[in-house]
Amino acid sequence: MTLDVRDLRVEFPTRRGTLTALDGISFSIAPGEVLGVVGESGAGKSITGLAIIGLLEPPGRIAGGEVRLEGKRIDNLPHDQLRRLRGRQIGVIFQDPLTSLNPLYTIGRQLEETILAHLPLSRAQARAKALGLLREVGIPAPEARYAHYPHQFSGGMRQRVVIALALAAEPRLLIADEPTTALDVSIQAQIIALLKRLAAERGAAVMLITHDMGVIAETAQRVAVMYAGRIVEIGAVRDVIHAPHHPYTAGLMGSIPRIAAKRTRLVQIDGAMPRLNAIPSGCAFHPRCTRRLERCLAERPDLVPAGASRAACWLHAAA
Amino acid sequence: MPLLRLENVTRDFDVSRPWLNRVLEHEPRRILRAVDQVSLEIENGETVGLVGESGCGKSTVARLIVGLYEPTAGRVEFRGRRLQMIFQDPYASLNPRWRVRDIVAEPMRFLGTTARVEDLLVQVGLSADDGEKYPHEFSGGQRQRISIARALAGEPDFLVCDEPTSALDVSVQAQILNLMSDLQQRLGLTYLFISHNLAVVSQVADRVGVMYLGRLAELAPAAALFSRPRHPYTRMLLDAVPDLGMSGRPRTPVRGEVPNPLAPPTGCTFHPRCPHSNERCRREVPVFADGVACHAVAEARI
Repeated sequence: MTLDVRDLRVEFPTRRGTLTALDGISFSIAPGEVLGVVGESGAGKSITGLAIIGLLEPPGRIAGGEVRLEGKRIDNLPHDQLRRLRGRQIGVIFQDPLTSLNPLYTIGRQLEETILAHLPLSRAQARAKALGLLREVGIPAPEARYAHYPHQFSGGMRQRVVIALALAAEPRLLIADEPTTALDVSIQAQIIALLKRLAAERGAAVMLITHDMGVIAETAQRVAVMYAGRIVEIGAVRDVIHAPHHPYTAGLMGSIPRIAAKRTRLVQIDGAMPRLNAIPSGCAFHPRCTRRLERCLAERPDLVPAGASRAACWLHAAA
Repeated sequence: MPLLRLENVTRDFDVSRPWLNRVLEHEPRRILRAVDQVSLEIENGETVGLVGESGCGKSTVARLIVGLYEPTAGRVEFRGRRLQMIFQDPYASLNPRWRVRDIVAEPMRFLGTTARVEDLLVQVGLSADDGEKYPHEFSGGQRQRISIARALAGEPDFLVCDEPTSALDVSVQAQILNLMSDLQQRLGLTYLFISHNLAVVSQVADRVGVMYLGRLAELAPAAALFSRPRHPYTRMLLDAVPDLGMSGRPRTPVRGEVPNPLAPPTGCTFHPRCPHSNERCRREVPVFADGVACHAVAEARI
């Protein structure tokens, strides 16, 4: 396994007590595999990504569990070692390409610096590699664009540059947090195709964080559905989409509008995702759940086999 | 007689640099044509969807209809009682210093309508005593309900909704879309629904217009547009929508990007990305006729 996360717990100590943002998160990603992490705002999907790369905003901290990259523990590494690891072995792509690029440097220079910081190459070799990367991510005429600044690129082209940057040091793990959310649908389709091709060609493990189940359906092999800081269902994308087992996943799938010949009323999950300081007891979804049982109010369910996937729901617990 | 009629509406924006720069640097004036000869009729009680990518002019059309912009050329005729608008960002469109009851009551003060704030709040799925609270006490979906209650306070018969659910999570989006369809049935409202999301538009619209670089590329009943798209741009957009059903249907990969609207391509502005373009497409602007503006369709080439 390229990435192995076991029982990850993230806390935010505040004056009014400690908030638990993530609890009992476990999953792994194999080389060349794309794992989708899906959830609505506040589910904890971005915090999961940030915790893995050691970029939690203080006072947020990892309070339990472990993160292993190719078998080696990385959650307890000192700051400077982790920094070297990021970039070298983990590439990161954020939603807004403008925040990932320095507006004062040409994209060629940014790529070269990144390559030289991580790989033992000469400047000429780094330049050749940078041009190769730009070509690989589909920037037309990379030689001509090499000396251009980020503002001279369109949104879609900028995101391609960010992907090239993330790939510069040939990382084993790629974490993409909402990589297509800021883009128009025709550009999104191109970026999805690109991510998919690169993961397959390079054998890198990809953690794709998004709120968009459609993007997951197009890109990922497996998907983890998050709710209020926990994974509520995890399994092969096809199983989770066609036969969701957790009532939240089922509601989520039914609430997504689809282009279909016959129009039906959307499934509605009443209420909203709880805030971190008011996570309900037992199963955090129980106040919104139409199928809740007595024990859902008091006891918290763990992930158990449900059909071909695993779901954290008492409906699937062995009697 | 349609409730709303746009006749060859065009809107230009002057995005030139200041006069002194133009004189010193010999720069010409730069005009951005955001909306180019759009004609559209909306009947009483129907929902018309308008889709397109960023910069296609769909929000400018919304603002032309409610009178936030004046058309540079063409006419906007509204024969109904009153128009109201719902905006995308429920965080920016509500005054944070006002109580909800004052926000909802504001249109009544100006328009002299007499609905009760409590009734309006209940109608959009909030509770009657939510009026005493401030906007920050509500989630994004609840705020959008407040926006809708405020729009209804003016007793409109026509609502212009500009990306009303784009800032919301999908489960909350479903709540708002269902609410809007309930309100339409109960109050007989007419909607212009603008969105970049084709699936959302297919959920609400009776007819759909597709815009590209300020022009209307195609306009058709929703069922026809989504099952048998005619304009190559509509086809491309539909092929770009992620396939949630994982049906594996064959799709053409999307090509290129939307060009700079300050220097749009000649002829049909879609021709550089179109797999069916020829010499005529590069030269001649296609006329919008019979629901579509495309030479290849008109010549029965596709």
